[in-house]
Amino acid sequence: MSMATREMRASFAFVERNFNLTKRYWGWEVAWLVYSLAAALSVAFIGVAQGDTRLLQVLVIGTIFWNFLSIVFGFIGETVTWERWEGTLEYTFMAPVRRYTQLVGSTLFAVTYAVIQMVVILVVMMLFFGLEFSGGNFVTAAAFLVLGSISFVGVGMMAAILPLLYVERGDQMVFVIQSVILLFSGVYYSTDILPGWMQFVSQFSPGTYVLDGIREGLIKGTPVTELLHDVWPLLIMGALLIPLGVYVFGIAERYAKRTGKLKRVG
Amino acid sequence: MIETMNESKTTTPMPVPAPEPVRRVGPPPPGEQPAMLIEHVTKRFVVGRKKKPVLAVNDVTMSIRRGEIYGILGANGSGKSTLIRLISTLLTIDGGRIEVFGHDVEREEMAVKQLINRVSVDAAFFKKLSPHENLAYAARLYGLDTASARKDAIRILARLGVAEKRLSRPVEQMSRGMQQKVAIARALLTSPTVLLLDEPTTGLDPRSKLDVQAFIEEVRDSHDATIVLTTHDLAEAERLCDRIALINDGRMVAEGTPAELKTMVARDHGMDPTMDSVFMTFTGRSLDDDHEDDDNHDDE
Repeated sequence: MSMATREMRASFAFVERNFNLTKRYWGWEVAWLVYSLAAALSVAFIGVAQGDTRLLQVLVIGTIFWNFLSIVFGFIGETVTWERWEGTLEYTFMAPVRRYTQLVGSTLFAVTYAVIQMVVILVVMMLFFGLEFSGGNFVTAAAFLVLGSISFVGVGMMAAILPLLYVERGDQMVFVIQSVILLFSGVYYSTDILPGWMQFVSQFSPGTYVLDGIREGLIKGTPVTELLHDVWPLLIMGALLIPLGVYVFGIAERYAKRTGKLKRVG
Repeated sequence: MIETMNESKTTTPMPVPAPEPVRRVGPPPPGEQPAMLIEHVTKRFVVGRKKKPVLAVNDVTMSIRRGEIYGILGANGSGKSTLIRLISTLLTIDGGRIEVFGHDVEREEMAVKQLINRVSVDAAFFKKLSPHENLAYAARLYGLDTASARKDAIRILARLGVAEKRLSRPVEQMSRGMQQKVAIARALLTSPTVLLLDEPTTGLDPRSKLDVQAFIEEVRDSHDATIVLTTHDLAEAERLCDRIALINDGRMVAEGTPAELKTMVARDHGMDPTMDSVFMTFTGRSLDDDHEDDDNHDDE
């Protein structure tokens, strides 16, 4: 068997395993979907209350696509937490699998899962508020989703080292990172309204460019070719963050093996 | 010759007993590559900024021959599991080296991972998933064909007394003994050349324990596997192991076949030639003595 086939098969191990876990924890999946829907609807009602269709569109896009990005980030960021909780971390780390193979499998599942949830929420929102994106450019939206996913996987990979290094508090730290990205990325507002220092920080969040690009595409119908100012930062971030994430994760794994932290469960 | 051939045509052939596997006991002779070479291995853990590091494994040297069952015996916290984790690439080595069939565990980690598998005292499974789902995950991780792995798993588990119908329900609904049998099947699926069994029978009921022990003997006889077994159970060590190393406070304090060790304590210490005497003599304590877990430390 060629090495590529072997690695692909190993990648699929993580897709299939996560699918099986999702199936077995279906109650939680229903709960998360209901929560996500309720959160999206609640935010969208702010736009309805203002009687502002444009605001409604901004909020709906923000809430739906932030949900997508946070699922991708969460799945990667919590990879170690899941395994530690199940008590399988040592088993997985002992297997002859490269970390990037694990990353590919986890990302494939995360993106598929996030797309399904995004479509469900989008359909409900459109039915609920009679929203139409008839003039929207869906190719632009899809391009930014792909670019955004790549960047968020890199950030997620770096966040995933926290539960590896800090057994007790790592998961909370991942949550804090997710919250900070939410604050600085202009999910429910334009980053232009942020104080100067926050605007400066927001330039380093991939979420800022993803949400701006998707809004431009869906609301104004702007083609992706006219949004290069949002594309290139995402390309650079993706190209840097994924290799950096794998590298940093490798260092953290080495540290965990030196200090015996892989053993810890719960 | 012709006579013999004619005879064999006319008479009912006698069942030919399977050849006895050649038991190769003792350290590998010069020139023979050991299945596992552990040389002056040391592992220490930092337990706090103001405390001295704990020496969990202290200058341990072992050479294990291909096909051997090598027992590592010691009380809780003696360093057995740390040693198994070092071999499993789950811990880094502070001093010395470990080789599995000539592959250095630190420099050739992936090659070593292909050769080994480990069954730990706590059967590590996704508890909500069924044995089939857990085994499919393992098969894919090791690059196996899942359909044939499934057939192999059913066969191995049937041999261990686990019916096929049990394999579709969540692992969490199985008894501890059943879970451990599934863990053993999972390890064997990958046909490891070196099988690390870290207290595989601890906490099992007597029946399950006997099933697992018989199966370990079967694996030894039918597979080309080298087995490293850590245990608390002296009778188990005596029954299964070709050679035994006794570990105390991270150091190897004795090594030999069960018979050699018993002879040694009878001859040199005037004790009864039993494994209990061997353990007491070389470790100075009973199996029930509990030390602080050797790698349970967190300086977070």
